[in-house]
Amino acid sequence: MKEKIVKFISDNLINLDDEIEIKDDDNIFEKGFVNSLFSMKLLNYIETEFNMEVDDDDMEISNFSSVNRIEALIKKKTEVLSD
Amino acid sequence: MSEVIQDFLESAKEFANTKIRPFAAEFEEKQQFPAQLIKEMGKAKFLGATFPEKYNGMNLDPYNYGLLTEIIGKADCTARSLLTVHTSLVGSAILRWGNEAQKNKWLPDMAEGNIITAFALTEPNVGTDASSIQTSYEEKENAVIINGSKKWITFSGVADYLLVIATNGKKVNAYMVDTKTPGVTIKPIKGLMAAKASYISEIEFTNVEVPKENRIGVDGGGFAYIVSTALDHGRYSIAWGGLAIAQEALEAMVNYSRERKQFGKKIYTFQLIQEMIANAVANIHSTRAFLEKVASLRQQNHQDSVNETIIAKYLTSKIAMQISTDAVQVHGGNGFYNKYPVERLFREAKVLEVIEGTSQVLQNIISLYGLKKYYKINC
Ligand SMILES: Cc1cc2nc3c(=O)[nH]c(=O)nc-3n(C[C@H](O)[C@H](O)[C@H](O)COP(=O)(O)OP(=O)(O)OC[C@H]3O[C@@H](n4cnc5c(N)ncnc54)[C@H](O)[C@@H]3O)c2cc1C
Repeated sequence: MKEKIVKFISDNLINLDDEIEIKDDDNIFEKGFVNSLFSMKLLNYIETEFNMEVDDDDMEISNFSSVNRIEALIKKKTEVLSD
Repeated sequence: MSEVIQDFLESAKEFANTKIRPFAAEFEEKQQFPAQLIKEMGKAKFLGATFPEKYNGMNLDPYNYGLLTEIIGKADCTARSLLTVHTSLVGSAILRWGNEAQKNKWLPDMAEGNIITAFALTEPNVGTDASSIQTSYEEKENAVIINGSKKWITFSGVADYLLVIATNGKKVNAYMVDTKTPGVTIKPIKGLMAAKASYISEIEFTNVEVPKENRIGVDGGGFAYIVSTALDHGRYSIAWGGLAIAQEALEAMVNYSRERKQFGKKIYTFQLIQEMIANAVANIHSTRAFLEKVASLRQQNHQDSVNETIIAKYLTSKIAMQISTDAVQVHGGNGFYNKYPVERLFREAKVLEVIEGTSQVLQNIISLYGLKKYYKINC
């Protein structure tokens, strides 16, 4: 799951620097890694790729601010679904 | 395509050919799009075309909605712009991010044409750099107070609700604002080169009190979710609107060149006229095929659909401009005369290179997309 998230973020980076490294805890918004279309694209991606719906309560932008946070959100949602 | 949808699109063509196209020049001249016609478009199910049936919609998929947009857009850009702002921009934002109460409150009436909505993002000093908006909201118990101004807002002159994007300095939110609320002043913008019947206006908000429950989406999601979603749908609508102008202009130049004679010959026999027609046909056919692909990506919610939609909007606005320019050329002096639709198509095409992201800012996004997508590919 983590690799898919990292791949999605790197596909959407606005920085073309080859050396750039996304650490699991990096705040991708604060670091200026992505543009204004990113949140919507990410949400669509998560919902389609992981077959889940993110509710309003989880829509907080901070839930999508790092690889670890995105992974935690998906895990939480998919665990609820499989319960 | 199901028979129901086929019939629906056929009836849309009939509607466009009898109730819209013959009057397009008159709408411009009077700078009015009849209220009765908006109602009829609602009744005909165009205004809620993408909404689910439970909200009085037609539940059209992206491809068929594209075809509907083209049918309406070929007849008249004002009618198409109503679909763009009301159905695509505002409708899609509520559908995607509104809660059930909000959807029930607005979508059925929007679908019927009982209420008209407009999308208010641009301001006198803020256009492309939309994240710098200055229109403010301030929280007050169960309401927010909105102050500021918006400019160039399509259909706002007759809108019942505006989806207003505002900031409190830290967060950006989107609110459905009833235009009858005290403090909302709508001033029509006259003297426009195009979109003359689209009720484009400037709006002042002076201490406008809006119930908190009119916020669409999560707190702080105004830009990241609402604007992004609305513009994504808006660009898809404009893409088909551009194809519509291009196709209408091609048909006009084909018909004119087969009738007009110079030097004792029909002008289509001149190879330089044929070149313009050939380029138009080739551009339209390839762009149409691309739009069909984009429709399918959107249907799949594919991760490239946002960028591919941006490419589609950029491309179709370019070909609409080029083909309508050539159509004016083929018409000679008549191309400048408002008894010939190409005169209007030429002016309307230019709008598409500016709205929902100017060509320049879309080129920035497309080049970045290309620089990533085609880097170090293993052949
Ligand atoms: C007919 C019409 C209808 C409209 N309807 C609506 C509506 O319903 N709702 C709404 O909110 N707005 C609406 N608009 C406003 C429209 O979205 C803006 O005009 C558009 O976003 C451009 O903003 P601007 O006019 O401030 O131009 P600016 O942002 O000032 O741009 C001026 C020029 O600078 C270029 N430029 C700016 N930034 C960059 C950059 N980073 N790189 C390269 N070039 C750049 C632009 O491409 C353009 O050529 C409408 C406009 C028109 C003309």
